[in-house]
Amino acid sequence: MKTALRDAGLSALIAFILALPLAGLVTTPDESLQLRLVFHPWPVAAITVGAFLLRLLWLRRPRFTLPKVRGLGSWALVPVALLPLVSGGRGLDVGLLVLTYLMLATGLNIVVGLAGLLDLGYVAFYAVGAYTTALLTTEAGFGFWSALPLAGLLAAFAGLLLGIPVLRLRGDYLAIVTLGFGEIVRVVLINWQSLTNGADGISGIPYPRLFGLDFSRAGRASVFRLFHLPYDRLDRQVWFYLLALALTLLANLVVARLRRSPLGRAWEALREDEIAARALGLEPTRLKLAAFTTGAFFAGLAGAFFAARQGFVSPESFTFMESALVLAIVVMGGAGRQLGVIWAAVVMIGGFELVRGFAEYRMLIFGLALVAIAVARPGGLIAARLPSVRLNPLRRGA
Amino acid sequence: MTCLLEVEALTLRFGGITALDQVSFQIAPGRIAALIGPNGAGKTSLFNCITGFYRPTAGVICLHEESGPRELQLMAQTEIAAVARLARSFQNIRLFGAMTCLENLLVAQYRRRAPGALPSLLGLRRARAAEAAAIARGRELLARFELLAFADQEARTLPYGAQRRLEIARALATDPILLCLDEPAAGLNERESAELAERLERLREEGLTLLLIEHDMGLVMRIADQVIVLDVGRKIADGPPAQIRADPRVIAAYLGDEAA
Repeated sequence: MKTALRDAGLSALIAFILALPLAGLVTTPDESLQLRLVFHPWPVAAITVGAFLLRLLWLRRPRFTLPKVRGLGSWALVPVALLPLVSGGRGLDVGLLVLTYLMLATGLNIVVGLAGLLDLGYVAFYAVGAYTTALLTTEAGFGFWSALPLAGLLAAFAGLLLGIPVLRLRGDYLAIVTLGFGEIVRVVLINWQSLTNGADGISGIPYPRLFGLDFSRAGRASVFRLFHLPYDRLDRQVWFYLLALALTLLANLVVARLRRSPLGRAWEALREDEIAARALGLEPTRLKLAAFTTGAFFAGLAGAFFAARQGFVSPESFTFMESALVLAIVVMGGAGRQLGVIWAAVVMIGGFELVRGFAEYRMLIFGLALVAIAVARPGGLIAARLPSVRLNPLRRGA
Repeated sequence: MTCLLEVEALTLRFGGITALDQVSFQIAPGRIAALIGPNGAGKTSLFNCITGFYRPTAGVICLHEESGPRELQLMAQTEIAAVARLARSFQNIRLFGAMTCLENLLVAQYRRRAPGALPSLLGLRRARAAEAAAIARGRELLARFELLAFADQEARTLPYGAQRRLEIARALATDPILLCLDEPAAGLNERESAELAERLERLREEGLTLLLIEHDMGLVMRIADQVIVLDVGRKIADGPPAQIRADPRVIAAYLGDEAA
């Protein structure tokens, strides 16, 4: 108890020192419009006492462990996936957003989680996918579904182009170069006025259609007219959500299979020890390129989702913040573990949207959540790595 | 004498430092050759040249195979491992720590067997057969190195001796024609060291050629057919263990303290 008190006192002291200038001093204009520093003691006192009590409570908290139920994590996803369908337009919109980020995180998980390459410019491939979709649908008369694979392929191609020169770099250097690349793509999007319409972006991206049918109230190719269904404004969103869900599931299946394939194991070996991998004849550059390209492909698909959902793309949507957010999802989920990544995407993006009302505090909550996870589960939500293959299969329920 | 590995006038310089100076030797197939010398003699540098991790400044490293000679100093490092089939271990163990023992052995077979991403993604029969063959080979090696009990355990959680064994097993999983081991007995106790000696002798009986760096003189004198002695980058002696033991230059440079 004594050490806990001393520790909490120390925390309070640090909080006091930090709070004094940050919360205690406020510049206020006086009658003559001169700025004056006014000292507010109450916030400082509140923060200091708060820090003391929080730290004390944390140190004296009861120890308990959650009971473990096998497979709970994956089954609990089913109601989560169905939730948007019953929660109306807003829920569908949030659901689509979650799927978009999940798709992004699925791709980045290959690059960061499996191959161990820190890519801080992942948003660049997302942007390539989104702009490809935007341009193809508004300028070249493509439908969303024919633009989708092209968005993926073009993003993958961008990944290949970037990968060839930079994948010889290691660790921090790779992170810096990819960070730069992410910014370059954004700046190019702003400045290539003739193609991208610059900072104004591209609008009028059509919503995905159903096998060539649209969801207008009474158009020639309207689903409702053709099948004599009552008009429902939400149907086009439901349809898009379901297809995006199917595609995201497929992407997750592909990544899960890749992880258990020789290629996936080679990626993990590279992450674990590149020199040892080379001694076994694995070619780091080729393998990394494969990881980078595959990851970029999924980012391209996510970009297409994004463009179609918004109906509008502009360079503003592809800032470093997006890369950081996706990386946070991957790391919080437990790099390499798909289930953890899914939950992290649901919690962080879905959760983000829930607290949109407190817009000012979103970042604060986000930060607190990150710290909480870092403290409670340092390896990510689901940290334990599952072997890709077992010699002695576990008995069910064991 | 026919030879498998022929090193001719190998020189390696790092800037002004000469790590290896005109080193030449030959190793016959099916033999165990040991590379000894005091710390800093250039043993690991020589290893790194042979296995392609360093590119020598001058000299020739030639692998005489049935299909003809191959000059290793001209080959990329990964090709030396995958095509010329030289396998190596590391002085400080380098396993894929988060992966299981079996996975470590499967990764080693990637270049020999991997069916390509698409067949394994689609679960084609070819991919499944390749995976089954790789697992069978992995199991065989695990059994051979008494690692079956650890098969599904993360490599980094293994006891030290088992990690050493796994590293050798992993090198063997590449089906090498020359196995280079960098201090395989380092840190092993007497019993483990004796077991290692038996294992290496059995590999020799099966026709594998081995090149070891080793400080454990007992082990070297017991199993090596040929001992090559390096001192400050130069070869100072080369011959059967009995001859090396009696060589005055070797005694002076290396065994000096022990002999005195």
